[in-house]
Amino acid sequence: MIPSAFDYVRAASVDEALAQLAEHGDEAKLLAGGHSLLPLMKLRLAAPTVLIDIGRLRDLSYVRDGGNHVAVGALTRHRDVEVSDLLRAEVPLLAHTAGLVGDPQVRHRGTIGGSVAHGDPASDLPAVVLALGGTLVARGPGGEREIAAGEFFHGFLETALAPDEMLTEIRLPKRPGAGWSYQKFNRRAQDWAIVGVAAVRNGGAGVALVNMGSTPLRATAVEQALASGASPADAAAHAAEGTEPPDDLNGSADYRRHLVQVLVRRALEEAGARG
Amino acid sequence: MMTAVRITLTVNGTRHDDDVEPRLLLVHYLRETRGLTGTNVGCDTTSCGACTVLLDGESVKSCTVLAVQADGGEVTTIEGLASGDAMHPVQEAFREHHGLQCGYCTPGMVMAAVSFLAEHPDPSEDEVRHGLEGNLCRCTGYHNIVKAVMAAAKTPAAPRA
Ligand SMILES: Cc1cc2nc3c(=O)[nH]c(=O)nc-3n(C[C@H](O)[C@H](O)[C@H](O)COP(=O)(O)OP(=O)(O)OC[C@H]3O[C@@H](n4cnc5c(N)ncnc54)[C@H](O)[C@@H]3O)c2cc1C
Ligand code: FES
Ligand code: FES
Repeated sequence: MIPSAFDYVRAASVDEALAQLAEHGDEAKLLAGGHSLLPLMKLRLAAPTVLIDIGRLRDLSYVRDGGNHVAVGALTRHRDVEVSDLLRAEVPLLAHTAGLVGDPQVRHRGTIGGSVAHGDPASDLPAVVLALGGTLVARGPGGEREIAAGEFFHGFLETALAPDEMLTEIRLPKRPGAGWSYQKFNRRAQDWAIVGVAAVRNGGAGVALVNMGSTPLRATAVEQALASGASPADAAAHAAEGTEPPDDLNGSADYRRHLVQVLVRRALEEAGARG
Repeated sequence: MMTAVRITLTVNGTRHDDDVEPRLLLVHYLRETRGLTGTNVGCDTTSCGACTVLLDGESVKSCTVLAVQADGGEVTTIEGLASGDAMHPVQEAFREHHGLQCGYCTPGMVMAAVSFLAEHPDPSEDEVRHGLEGNLCRCTGYHNIVKAVMAAAKTPAAPRA
């Protein structure tokens, strides 16, 4: 399978990438690790006529201490997120989950920015960023802006990013002493989650769901139940509320509505035990 | 054809300059431009790992990397692992422990194992199984592949590509 033909340009800086986006408009797509985009192009489900390669912007590959948060550059690969000492210490949920994305070869190429910008409801990292209450930093012709994770995912593969904007940084608040858990349920090792749950608890709880609708979802009913004192098992019974899970070869919507309750309970119990 | 791009790639230690179409996949560059047919295409959908090569020392699925993305990099394929007549310890271990049957997955499996061992010099069996998640084998049931990788990890001074 070969993608349809396109022109290839390489951005040497964020400014250059933004200028190229402005020049080529809708025809163009940014190329980071290519591990969501190239499979789509090979299947001809996507056919941009210009690819703007941002994969060489190594100055956007970093994990930095930002005081009350940890800042991760958009071009940081899953593998580098997984093994980052700073993330393991301060945001272990993210480092752990990055190590569950796809397989080692995928983690050597795919980037956190690509994963979040792609906004696939079946992907692991968007839900983690949502559960943690992260902030996305975007740059466009008008400068830089910050978008709360809760306002970032708009629809199936649609995000708050404008076509002429680029995601540059992902900020994750530090939650010292918080318990956490990621539950990924799949049948084959390298697959996407059939359902996944990211949870973090200290005082308040953040719970986000993978593959339970057209976007990564915050499990607000579960969070509210916990806030009013429900046990993990009782709170988990609310996990399917407000979700519209897909029906596919891996499971029916009903199966997913059941599964998500089981996984939320496990996640809350594990997070409780770790906290 | 859209505008061709000049790329420089070091493949198994030798530098090459080529003008390539942007959509040329690394695996096709290796097999067709370079004639290195040891790297196989199994699924073409980033699933099976048969096309695994090392790009700057790390395993990648070459069916999902554009040749232009690899520009300036160093690629190692199965043809570049041995030094002269001496097989790489991972190759030797696959032979010794019968880590293959039909052999179709083997080049990718060996390259994935080399990259895995560079990251995990002293792995547990469980880590080996997880570390090879990106590579499918229809023949062996994986048992002897895992045995081979465990044995290679114990080879003294195994050169890590
Ligand atoms: C076999 C396989 C298994 C996988 N399994 C999983 C899994 O289990 N869990 C999981 O979460 N993911 C999985 N993935 C997806 C993988 O994590 C991707 O790497 C990731 O989703 C996209 O990152 P990328 O850097 O490759 O982005 P690309 O493919 O380069 O880009 C994806 C999209 O985002 C846009 N984009 C990229 N970077 C930016 C940016 N900085 N600003 C604005 N837009 C941007 C691109 O234009 C494109 O539309 C899998 C992929 C494969 C091939
Ligand atoms: S051919 Fe590349 S992963 Fe199967
Ligand atoms: S030996 Fe036949 S596919 Fe692995």
